[in-house]
Amino acid sequence: MSSPAANERILTYVDALREAVAQEMRADERVFVMGLDVDDHKAIQGSTRGLVEEFGHDRVFGTPLSEDAMTGVAIGAAMAGMRPIHVHIRADFLLLCMNQLINIAAKSHYMYDGQVKVPLVVRSMIGKSWGQGAQHSQGLHAMFMHVPGLKVVAPSNAHDAKGCMIAAIRDDNPVIFVEHRLLYFSDAYVPEESFTVPFGKARRCTTGKDITIVGISNMLMEALRAHELLVEAGIEAEVIDPISLVPLDIETIADSARRTGKLLVVDNAWTNCGASAEIVARVVERLAEEGKPVRVKRMGYAPTTCPTTPSLETAFYADPAKIAKAAYAMTRPGKPAWEPDAERAKLAYQAKFRGPF
Amino acid sequence: MADTGKDVERLYRSLRRIRRVEEEIARIYPSDKIKSPVHLSIGQEFVAVGVCDVLQPTDIVSPTYRGHAAYLAKGGDLNGMMAELYGKATGVAGGKGGSMHLIDMHHNVIGASAVVGTTIPIAVGYALSFRRRKTGQVAVAFFGDGATEEGVFGESINFAALHRLPVLFVCENNGLAIHTATGRRWATQQLCARVATYGIPAHRIESGDVIELRAMAAAAVTAMRNGDGGPVFIECLTYRWREHVGPNEDYDAGYRSRDELQPWLANDQVDVVGRRIDGARRAAIDAEIENEIAAAISFAEESPFPTADALETHVFAGS
Repeated sequence: MSSPAANERILTYVDALREAVAQEMRADERVFVMGLDVDDHKAIQGSTRGLVEEFGHDRVFGTPLSEDAMTGVAIGAAMAGMRPIHVHIRADFLLLCMNQLINIAAKSHYMYDGQVKVPLVVRSMIGKSWGQGAQHSQGLHAMFMHVPGLKVVAPSNAHDAKGCMIAAIRDDNPVIFVEHRLLYFSDAYVPEESFTVPFGKARRCTTGKDITIVGISNMLMEALRAHELLVEAGIEAEVIDPISLVPLDIETIADSARRTGKLLVVDNAWTNCGASAEIVARVVERLAEEGKPVRVKRMGYAPTTCPTTPSLETAFYADPAKIAKAAYAMTRPGKPAWEPDAERAKLAYQAKFRGPF
Repeated sequence: MADTGKDVERLYRSLRRIRRVEEEIARIYPSDKIKSPVHLSIGQEFVAVGVCDVLQPTDIVSPTYRGHAAYLAKGGDLNGMMAELYGKATGVAGGKGGSMHLIDMHHNVIGASAVVGTTIPIAVGYALSFRRRKTGQVAVAFFGDGATEEGVFGESINFAALHRLPVLFVCENNGLAIHTATGRRWATQQLCARVATYGIPAHRIESGDVIELRAMAAAAVTAMRNGDGGPVFIECLTYRWREHVGPNEDYDAGYRSRDELQPWLANDQVDVVGRRIDGARRAAIDAEIENEIAAAISFAEESPFPTADALETHVFAGS
């Protein structure tokens, strides 16, 4: 994310994920990868490519279509001292794992008074476009944020994908790892050596005095594009990447909102009871105690099921143009509405993808 | 096997101890000192005792929320269990788990769950770890007949069979899911036939005989320990003498008749095995058990409740 050091090179998100897992598997015999199709020729869009060849079928294995039991198996292996990575090619399939994740993984350390730990990484990919539709596109991270005992992380770029993955593997708690499919093609400077991006520490990606924009997962990239468009309209947005949602670094966000007086949270999820609602609520609570008013807004999915046809899907999601337009309205109340040129609001990383999934 | 005087004494002590612990729980329960719903195993103790008797200390068992028997049979700490039921800080889960979430990792009793069937794959996960590390350990998953209706049951058996994992699946078939008999839940009672299609041995024991069960478990576990035996399923018919949850009988509730209980009473394994022991010796064992239980109750009653600062400990593990 910063300027490259000598040991850094440009790496895509998908390669960063794969490199993180491979490095940890070399370093720690306890780490293994399981999940539907992790060992086939498509290798989860490339994110597990080469792992079975290097580490063998004992440590990289496909599973039956039994998400409920396979989650339990991963949890049991984790309790027994292993460090499983359970991969789901769609986050929507986590709904088949909920009993194990909520009733066992999240609670075991607490309800067994610290006698067991569940060092489990659950990788989940969110789809978008090319007809992904209702059941291949859901950002469900807020459901996991609701339950104590689960960590939730949603890296927005290749650097953080690697650092967060290594941190997740080394964490002694269950970590829900949220990956957006469209980010797989995005690239960044990534150190070759092993490193961690710590959870609970947000990153201020840009500095600005006019408005704070928090972008979650791929919405961080869209918020950064919105920021560039806003600069042209004379607005300085401070864009913040929370990186991890549990634990959540509300300090950094609140500090920024305290200065700008305006907070816009953009999520790749519904706003109702969502991460955006939680972030806004916490900031408002905190600043209200200081007698400091803050103007807030949430953006996310339309309050509908995700449709497949592009004309409706475009309306379903937030995007850089919508973000910039909303930020402008918040910072220039009473002024005529402004919105950027739609063509210029497009994102390079999205344009790379041609489907199919 | 299992017929030396020593074996009989050990089995009797375990059976009698579990029975008396739960009878004492039932006696104390109306006082409201026990701060936990209790699902008593009275009448079903022989299943846990017969299986756990062939296990090594390093083997793990996964009990259910009706798990006092498996917990104690595997060697779970009695003082810690009683204190846990009382909600005390000295309980095995520090008062955070109660009767339905008993655990004692010092004796390899992995945690119990209040959601039926949920711990079956957890035991399989342990077995996966044992096989991967070639430890020779064995995992035992206890569950009831109701759990076999959950999707996770078939999923877990399929995976264990596929990887030939060292896990013994023990179904305590007491014929009831809360108050609903298997006849109203299953089109056919052929549970073992269903399980066998996954490609693992599936045995049914109807006798309620702890010695017969012990021999069957021993054969299965020995094969697993030697490294070549895969998972085995045992369906053990048994009978729940008390109500689903709570200390009482409920034969007047209308869903079952006391006549069902009679053959099980006549074949009560605590008595059957006890009768094989010399009277004076049996009395001495009984007295030791009573002393141990009385001490556990005192321990629980005299222990402090956790203080408020414990509320937020162990939400996350420190990395």
